[in-house]
Amino acid sequence: MLGLGVDRLQADINRLLTSLFHQGVLDEQFLQLQQLQDETSPNFVYDVINIYFDESEKLLRNLRLLLMDREFSDYKKIGLHLNQLVGSSSSIGARRVRNVCVAFRSASELSNRPGCLRGLEVVEHEYHYLKNMMHELFQLEQQRILAAGVRYPM
Amino acid sequence: MEKGFSPVGLRVLVVDDDPTWLKILEKMLKKCSYEVTTCGLARDALKLLRERKDGYDIVISDVNMPDMDGFKLLEHVGLELDLPVIMMSVDGETSRVMKGVQHGACDYLLKPIRMKELKIIWQHVLRKKLQEVRDIEGCYEGAADWITRNDEAHFLGGGEDVSFGKKRKDFDFEKKLLQDESDPSSSKKARVVWSFELHQKFVNAVNQIGCDHKAGPKKILDLMNVPWLTRENVASHLQKYRLYLSRLEKGKELKCYSGGAKNMDSSLKDAEVNSGHQSPGKSSYAFSGGNSLLHKATETDPNPLASASVSDPNTDVHMPPKAKKTRIGFDPPLSSSAFDSLLPWSDVPEALESKPPILYDNSFLQQQPLPSQSSYASNSAPSLMEEEMKPSYETPVGGTCVNTEFLMPQDKSPTVTLQDLDLSAPSAISCMKLQDFSLNVTNNTESILRSLNWELPESHHSGSLDTDLDLSWLQGERFLANTGLLQFQDYSSSPSLLSELPPHLWFGNERLPEPDEYSFMVDQGLFIS
Repeated sequence: MLGLGVDRLQADINRLLTSLFHQGVLDEQFLQLQQLQDETSPNFVYDVINIYFDESEKLLRNLRLLLMDREFSDYKKIGLHLNQLVGSSSSIGARRVRNVCVAFRSASELSNRPGCLRGLEVVEHEYHYLKNMMHELFQLEQQRILAAGVRYPM
Repeated sequence: MEKGFSPVGLRVLVVDDDPTWLKILEKMLKKCSYEVTTCGLARDALKLLRERKDGYDIVISDVNMPDMDGFKLLEHVGLELDLPVIMMSVDGETSRVMKGVQHGACDYLLKPIRMKELKIIWQHVLRKKLQEVRDIEGCYEGAADWITRNDEAHFLGGGEDVSFGKKRKDFDFEKKLLQDESDPSSSKKARVVWSFELHQKFVNAVNQIGCDHKAGPKKILDLMNVPWLTRENVASHLQKYRLYLSRLEKGKELKCYSGGAKNMDSSLKDAEVNSGHQSPGKSSYAFSGGNSLLHKATETDPNPLASASVSDPNTDVHMPPKAKKTRIGFDPPLSSSAFDSLLPWSDVPEALESKPPILYDNSFLQQQPLPSQSSYASNSAPSLMEEEMKPSYETPVGGTCVNTEFLMPQDKSPTVTLQDLDLSAPSAISCMKLQDFSLNVTNNTESILRSLNWELPESHHSGSLDTDLDLSWLQGERFLANTGLLQFQDYSSSPSLLSELPPHLWFGNERLPEPDEYSFMVDQGLFIS
């Protein structure tokens, strides 16, 4: 019997993705990413998402440092960081993260410090949720590949 | 186009500070079979470009970059290297887009970017190359005619064989020669580029004065309040505007236009046209559907005309782009509705300074951004704006009744006649010539592509391009390509009569009548003799 596990895993993957789309965590740009993956770059999605995570965490760290500073006043810098976050989030289809970044950006444009702090919290929350989901997705994917590689003797 | 035609190996340089996007774009472009180089910093990009001047065909750059403003990079690339540059951004705000266009961008893509947008970037490269070729051709043509007229056959042999591969620097050298040889008594006039804003001011001034017969250049100039503009500039512009208006009147009566237009519909990608008009869509919304964004930017309401104009431009058939020393007859005027939807309105006639009548297979005919022709249209507007920036239009001294002269050297009939004749040459002719045109376009496209050393990914038989190649854009290409022919400024000397080219000749009716066509036209009473 060939990998019954494969089908089950595939179903789990599909279910997870559907749920993420439904919640608006991901959008069709993510599908584009999946379509770009092929034999020449079999780990494309995984690679891109990891680059995204690295970059985003740097930006989030900077944002937190800026806002935590008592003498903070550089809203423009916050805006710049947020633009970058918005840009990269849109690149992988991280719709919800992108949206909360935009909201955060509005607060920064108004030089609203408490608003910014709140905004940052929301962004961090959404980001971590996305990251966890992506990890789960990759794990399922990996298991599926392993399962597909298994041949049961007939 | 579904199965798009895409030249293999197009060398693209992508500049973006966002590593995620860089990776994604690299992959997308590789999937288009392009040769991709990525760069995270603008200054690195410039370095790469300068090191290998001919190393890249096109540059795609993000607008927001830490070390250098994307617009600055755009300027550098445009000025130093004359490569087509596409801007990208998450921000689709109108003013940003306009800024991009003003700085010379070929296109402005909105992130997230789709594959289909990247698939068509080769069109920008081709268009630019065609422009260059036309410049060279036109220059030679003009030179040849000039020689003929001045009996100096030694200057350029023949002048009809122009190899597409001619390098730009050679061309410049020749151009300079021609310049030196030109009539010493010519005075260089300041160039006026009639940008859309300028034209709007002009129109507002005219409308304010009321009946345009009473509107004199002086009054208009005063109302416009543009310090650097001269009365002469306004005068010549006014004349063209009047011609345009009167053509508009007559154009509305003609049913032929719509008849002709329908023939062309099939070659249009209607879907894209429609989508372009309804909603710009996320990416490249600046230009997709041609005018939507521009319309927003300028708050005009072209929509009722937009769909009409979509098909109209296509009714104009162009003659094959061969260098010819033939007369320019007059081309079936582009439907006036097309004109309306044409924004930015840049005056064409720069090229016209040529030693009179003849030639330039209509190169001087400025092509207005065709509202949309499959995905190509999205590129036409930007290129047009791009041209605007180059000082190219030279306003001659006072412009009375110059229109006729470019037609035939001996032709002295009044402008009015010309117009009447014009309008009686409906797109019916275009339709008939369409067949010839398509074949010619095919041949020419292929030779151009071959000279560019692009592999055509699909094998094609017996010399004709694969049917997948959507030629409709190329027709538009022809239109636009001729826009580029604004380089004729150096060409000339005497206040060019050709600058007073009537508007109907501007909009891509670049048909050079063939000898056989002459007789046809004569029969139809289209000839001014």
